[in-house]
Amino acid sequence: MNMTMSMEMLLATGIGAMTAVGVYLILHRRTFPVIMGLTFLSYAVNVFLFAMGRLAIDLPPIVSKTAAGYTDPLPQALVLTAIVITFGMTALIVVLSLRAYLETGSDDVGLGVPPDSADPDGRRDGAAP
Amino acid sequence: MNSHWLILPVAIPAMTAALLVLAQAYGLTIQRTLSVGATALQLAAAIGLYMLAGDGEPRVYLLGNWPAPFGIVLVLDRLAATMLLLTGVLAIGVVLASLGDWDRKGRHFHALLQFQLMGINGAFLTGDLFNLFVFFEVLLIASYGLMLHGSGQRRLRAGFHYISINLIGSTVFLFAVGTIYAVTGTLNMADLAVKVPQVAAGNEALLSAGALLLFTVFAVKSAMVPFHWWLPPTYGTTSPAAAAVFAIMTKVGAYSIVRVYTLIFGAEAGPLAGIVTPWILPAAIVTLVLGTIGVLASRGLRDLACYSLIASMGTVLIAIGLFTAESLAAALYYAVQSTLTSAALFLLAGLLVKDADGRLPLAAAALRGNGTLFAGLYFLLAIAMVGMPPLAGFIGKLLILDAARPGPHIVAVWSAILITGLLLTIGFVRAGIDTFWRKPKSDAPSADKRATPILPTAVVAAMIAVLAALSLLAGPLMEDMTATADQLLQPQTYIRAVLGTRHSAAHMGE
Repeated sequence: MNMTMSMEMLLATGIGAMTAVGVYLILHRRTFPVIMGLTFLSYAVNVFLFAMGRLAIDLPPIVSKTAAGYTDPLPQALVLTAIVITFGMTALIVVLSLRAYLETGSDDVGLGVPPDSADPDGRRDGAAP
Repeated sequence: MNSHWLILPVAIPAMTAALLVLAQAYGLTIQRTLSVGATALQLAAAIGLYMLAGDGEPRVYLLGNWPAPFGIVLVLDRLAATMLLLTGVLAIGVVLASLGDWDRKGRHFHALLQFQLMGINGAFLTGDLFNLFVFFEVLLIASYGLMLHGSGQRRLRAGFHYISINLIGSTVFLFAVGTIYAVTGTLNMADLAVKVPQVAAGNEALLSAGALLLFTVFAVKSAMVPFHWWLPPTYGTTSPAAAAVFAIMTKVGAYSIVRVYTLIFGAEAGPLAGIVTPWILPAAIVTLVLGTIGVLASRGLRDLACYSLIASMGTVLIAIGLFTAESLAAALYYAVQSTLTSAALFLLAGLLVKDADGRLPLAAAALRGNGTLFAGLYFLLAIAMVGMPPLAGFIGKLLILDAARPGPHIVAVWSAILITGLLLTIGFVRAGIDTFWRKPKSDAPSADKRATPILPTAVVAAMIAVLAALSLLAGPLMEDMTATADQLLQPQTYIRAVLGTRHSAAHMGE
């Protein structure tokens, strides 16, 4: 097994593991695991996108007179865009879930305000509903 | 043909939004002036572009003057122009309606609205799959802000759902884009349309996985079953002005389906031709049925507006799913009128029903004095939504039924649309009786003496007038829309317009 083969294996299992972890976490009913799950999914997709230009070793992504070949630079640009967007989104959803926790006193992702936290101010110290 | 006008629908709201953020410190009046002015400009630009696209020649704008398959292109064809015009009309209505009270509930309403318009316009114009993702993100990020605008407990909770589902959607979009790029080596839509039919036999499965993942994303955006459940809590709890502008977001999903699955995976896509056809029609019919059941089960005008929006999306998607020239033209006509109807219904519901957090209703008190006016507006909107003559909803449904007539799906389509039409009527009648004819409870909040909000009411009336105009002008409009559908089903002109720029760009560089 040469180097590219083992790298492909590693990448593929890595992406698969991160996606699985992400999906598992998203199915939880608390905001924190859901956010972690979303983060894992976005990690998985970033690596996935990166690998879409095919894996190449020791090749530059820019034009060079001495280069023997090139690795595709476009997926790297796509990944960069995707990272920026998911970073912003994660920050937003963290703030949002914090705010929701402070206002409703629960970090449950259910839609209705849970009956035991429905006091008018919406503030409650205990975490578990 | 390289006209700089194409960038206006993206550039105007982008600049305005940045200015509006700065103008925050100088009070609401200047923000409102800027926002109304910019939206009017966008409408004017959209009208200009609609006329420009009317000759059937797709216009291409090369960003940074990079030739087509390498740089990002904006493409204006008839479909894009129609959607831009619809966005312009809707936007000016929503901006004017928000001036009364709704833009006061939090900061930066107008800035967020302009960013939202930028994303929507960009999504309609772009000719690049990854750029479509970016504009989706722009419109979504703005919509998160708009959705939460004014805040409140229920809105925060629904907002978490909305943002989560869309983040998952964005991730799936990236997976799809990555897969398609891995197989074809391009993301330019016209170039994809050339490369997809030539795909190697071993890569067909991978490419169809990418195409179907992409369809999933668009299905989430267009609230198609089984991805419709995020819509009612989101649109039902947000502020009425935001919900009204969101009425077009589901159409962005429908637009993307039409664009991608006529151009890239259309009839000429070789082994992948018509890849979504087996999925879209059944899903659309179930969407229509579930939306109708939702209308029957809804307990207030907001729920009613949400579920009737889902039902109308079902109708639009049924017409799209037939993928013939007649059905696409009918889908376009129906989508235009149902967007305006939904938006007006959301605005009217906002005037009549308590805020999601139980704050004072704007016009519930005024209803006692002006009950006839509001009941009349509701009556007209109900007619438009369930599809009874004389408003445009009737003509739209008639066109869709007619488009299904020669095909093999006639039984399913006719029975779905006709039976749900009856059920929708029952749902709307019942909601109307509940809202307008039942005696108010004795513990209802005592009538405060606030006047009927004039602007939002006038906007609702104006939208109904537009609906009437749509049905009066149905003949000439349908000629345009049929031309649009024909253009969609002959992607060669689009491809030639985009990829032909390679040479003209090289010329300009010399």
